[in-house]
Amino acid sequence: MSATTTDATLAWDDVLAAFDPVLGLEVHVELGTNTKMFCGCATEFGAEPNTQVCPVCLGLPGALPVVNEVAVESAIRIGLALNCEIAQWCRFARKNYFYPDMPKNFQTSQYDEPIAFEGFLDVELDDGSTFRVEIERAHMEEDTGKSLHVGGSTGRIHGATHSLVDYNRAGIPLIEIVTKPLRGAGERAPEVARAYVATLRDLLKALDVSDVKMEQGSMRCDVNLSLMPKGTTTLGTRTETKNVNSLRSVERAVRYEMCRHGAILKDGGSILQETRHWHEDTGITTSGRVKSDADDYRYFPEPDLVPVAPTRETVESLRATLPEPPAQRRKRLQSDWGFSDLEMRDVLNAGLVDLIGETVEAGATPAGARKWWSGDIARRANAEGSTDVASYAAERSITPAHVVELEGLVTSGRLNDSMARQVWEGVLDGEGSPTAVADARGLELVQDDGALEAAVDEVIAANPDVAQKVRDGKVQAAGALIGQVMKAMKGQADAGKAREIILAKLTS
Amino acid sequence: MAELTRDDVAHLAGLARIDLSDAELDRMVGELGVILESVAVVQQSPIEGVEPMSHPMPIVNVTRPDVVRPSLGADAALSGAPESDQQRFSVPRILDED
Repeated sequence: MSATTTDATLAWDDVLAAFDPVLGLEVHVELGTNTKMFCGCATEFGAEPNTQVCPVCLGLPGALPVVNEVAVESAIRIGLALNCEIAQWCRFARKNYFYPDMPKNFQTSQYDEPIAFEGFLDVELDDGSTFRVEIERAHMEEDTGKSLHVGGSTGRIHGATHSLVDYNRAGIPLIEIVTKPLRGAGERAPEVARAYVATLRDLLKALDVSDVKMEQGSMRCDVNLSLMPKGTTTLGTRTETKNVNSLRSVERAVRYEMCRHGAILKDGGSILQETRHWHEDTGITTSGRVKSDADDYRYFPEPDLVPVAPTRETVESLRATLPEPPAQRRKRLQSDWGFSDLEMRDVLNAGLVDLIGETVEAGATPAGARKWWSGDIARRANAEGSTDVASYAAERSITPAHVVELEGLVTSGRLNDSMARQVWEGVLDGEGSPTAVADARGLELVQDDGALEAAVDEVIAANPDVAQKVRDGKVQAAGALIGQVMKAMKGQADAGKAREIILAKLTS
Repeated sequence: MAELTRDDVAHLAGLARIDLSDAELDRMVGELGVILESVAVVQQSPIEGVEPMSHPMPIVNVTRPDVVRPSLGADAALSGAPESDQQRFSVPRILDED
């Protein structure tokens, strides 16, 4: 049977029973520099077409590229954060191909001399275990232009009559990070792929080298996958699924390709080495371009650029600028804040770590900061269709100071929890600061113990059976009495104090 | 040095997007062969212990600060394009060999 691109898939359990997956991930990151890799053109996202171009990035004759020093520094910092060696001396190369997304007919890249190589990134999986992802290399290159295909159906490349190209993106600094073939992930291969990309994204964000927005294409992932029959060690033929641009898609694409490869191999077929396109909507890949003669890129050293040879002093001074690794920071914060694993995970998933950190720094207790941000504020954000609590809060000018203020109102005894919730409603409705809202709504616990005692006496008198139970030692029965007292007080009492008084009257 | 074959020339022509007729291919095999043969003399140089050179000047780390400089502007950028549309370069459809 010849190599095939069938869309049939094998059941997941059958794939795992017969094969071991081998993963390879290539991630392209657009750096957040002000200017392009080899020229001073701006890199602003969303500018009018072809307004951020010059003779260098348009490949006009006689133009001389010069390397962006911040891009080199960012590349070295990324390499160091990935535990890589940094080259003593390396060059750029021309990758020659004809495609209108590069007006020069070559892409300036690095070939056999990457700036960073031989590293690793430890990735934490959902069960708390760690998977070490070996990094092959991280190299510098430039992004390509953006093509708009005209005349075909729905803007796709097939059937187009011509293409319109915008070169604003051409020349924006890219770092390509390539893993070694990752074996041994087994059934966790899809999870490992997602966790790696997520960990890498967090790391790049902490390094402040890129805005790492997968949805805007400033971070893009290509998934290489092959299967080895169990018990064998020779790598199978791989496919490369291009531009898988969300964490969830990375996981799904790996799983899908495993099942697709499995179906072909189980039938005695062989895998065609090709690129595949990922379809977010249907969750499948389709055949793209087959490796061909055109992939003979005829790399050669770029004669217009001189070698990059960072001194060891430079490398060490850049190493000193590395932030605390995100995973380590999370562990430290969890221990500082005294959160359980579950609480920490919820806070992480909700993207609230930085906000809680700022809130604690501003004077709130960690428990209070967590309670309000992931409770009332997050609930309200979700109810209004926002999954990003931080930006929801920012849009409404809700700050850590508000949380500190509200917590102060509760601990000082002015508000109880249910009143605090009402205050949040007002704050989120734009009625002002917590104190202002509490004032305007007349929210204040009744501080008059006499009124509270009178209410307790009435409730005890009205519920002799329940009161007797408490007298007989069933302390939990007091809950029903507390509820009635709070009702009698129209919620404006301190439930803790009500409980104290009830127990004092019935058990002493 | 290995002889340049007709297949080599056809492959290179394909990569360079140059359409050569059979007669032209035959002629190029001969002409390119002569050029390669002439240049091959340099392979007799004693190069033991000599590092390959990619740049004539022994300098490294020429960089520029990350400061925006004015771009050309779309009109000037597109002025050399044979065709343009919607402020973009218009190019023949891609993947015509598919």
